[in-house]
Amino acid sequence: MIPDLGKYAGAVMGAYAVSIVLLVLLVAVSMWRGARVRRQLDEIEARRARNG
Amino acid sequence: MIALLSRDLALAVRAGGGFGLGLAFFLIVTVLVPFGVGPESATLSRIAPGILWVGALLACLLSLDRIFALDYEDGSLDLLATAPVPLEGVVAMKAAAHWVTTGLPLVLAAPVLGVLLNLAPAAMGWLVLGLGLGTPALSMIGAFGAALTVGLKRGGLLLSLLVLPLYVPTLIFGAELVARGAAGQVTATPAAMLAAITLATCALLPFAAAAALRVNLR
Amino acid sequence: MASLWQYANPQKFVQTTGAVLPALAVLTALALIAGLVWGFFFTPDDFRQGSTVKIIYLHVPAALMAINAWLMMLVASLIWLVRRHHVSALAARAAAPVGLTMTVIALLTGAIWGQPMWGTWWAWDPRLTSFLILGLFYLGYIALWAAIEDPDAAADLTAVLCMVGSVFAVLSRYAVNFWNQGLHQGASLSMDAEENVADVFYFPLLVCIAGFVLLFVTLVLLRTRTEIRARRIKALLARERMA
Repeated sequence: MIPDLGKYAGAVMGAYAVSIVLLVLLVAVSMWRGARVRRQLDEIEARRARNG
Repeated sequence: MIALLSRDLALAVRAGGGFGLGLAFFLIVTVLVPFGVGPESATLSRIAPGILWVGALLACLLSLDRIFALDYEDGSLDLLATAPVPLEGVVAMKAAAHWVTTGLPLVLAAPVLGVLLNLAPAAMGWLVLGLGLGTPALSMIGAFGAALTVGLKRGGLLLSLLVLPLYVPTLIFGAELVARGAAGQVTATPAAMLAAITLATCALLPFAAAAALRVNLR
Repeated sequence: MASLWQYANPQKFVQTTGAVLPALAVLTALALIAGLVWGFFFTPDDFRQGSTVKIIYLHVPAALMAINAWLMMLVASLIWLVRRHHVSALAARAAAPVGLTMTVIALLTGAIWGQPMWGTWWAWDPRLTSFLILGLFYLGYIALWAAIEDPDAAADLTAVLCMVGSVFAVLSRYAVNFWNQGLHQGASLSMDAEENVADVFYFPLLVCIAGFVLLFVTLVLLRTRTEIRARRIKALLARERMA
């Protein structure tokens, strides 16, 4: 399945692994913070709607 | 504006700290380096230009946060901002005062420290010239950084993070000038570049620094 | 008349981007997966560099986006300074961590690539060094945003820093050129066909670059929405305390 990378297999796989981990981390952090802030805002707006 | 300059100078002299501290720091850094890298004079004279420039840069950094902080705290910065003198001029004068109290002593002390580090005699003149040309830029860039962080309670560390990357071009050309001087190569290019950076920062950065100050005084 | 400026209204911005984002996210994923799979599995090895040439599909797009993210921040900062649209300032803030990540990816993949090719992880080469400095600029910018309480003052000060930083970033780029001759090769992509990498590598690379651009746009929109909401939470809480 994985193509023959020869003697540089470590380097190529390492580069892909590092980049993909970083990108996934960035996306995950962005989405997680987005969801949290959104939840907070919904809570506050619901509270405001109830109270007046 | 002259009055402002002399006021800042008088304050710096009477407060003590300003003059001596940066200079003492420069001295200590230079003395510590041989302990770190060993006493071989060949090695030392090879790295002397870089050490002297980095030392000068760090010594300059030490007193940056004081450029505006004291005046900001006691409110005289608000008065200066509303004074008939343009704020850009105030910034330029503050940077000039900083240069006279820290940059100039460094320039004068550098040859002595150069001897300590076994710097080639041919490079001494270039070292003084380079520091003389380059340190005003360090003060002006520093004044900009200080203007950005003046309202912050713990701005000191942030200030160095913001200012040090901006020092890179000055450092490169300054150290290159001394290294070329020591090796007897053509020195006109780095000298001209250094002067160009200083002139450009002195011409443009007061506007950016004054804009930052206005935001912080709002 | 519809114009770009209507998106300066935060509500309009959130509405529109909310509708566009899912499609954009799918497109991003498609382009990234297609480009990387094509590059990783279906391209030949270079006759000199062996299989390490496959790193190009990460290295070049990341480096490109690291620079373009700063450019985008510069434009957004200028728009904020001139027209005082809050969305613009928040978009600049949202882009900075993305740009920093791209810089880190470019540096890391470069180091991993450099180790077998140049025999060293790191060299004080002009391109490498100026990327390191760019990374420092990103750090300073993010730190300044985080340090200032008042949102408008933070937006103003970071915008000024972004402008000054841009000038010094360009200056540093040429200064380090003067200071050391590099190991890094010249441009991989240019209009000049002679200088370009071979077509087998070129087309998957283009797809990867498109993927990275889309990823950047998606993330910036997503993060800008978050910033807008965070700002609104702050305002609502302040109003509650007043009442």
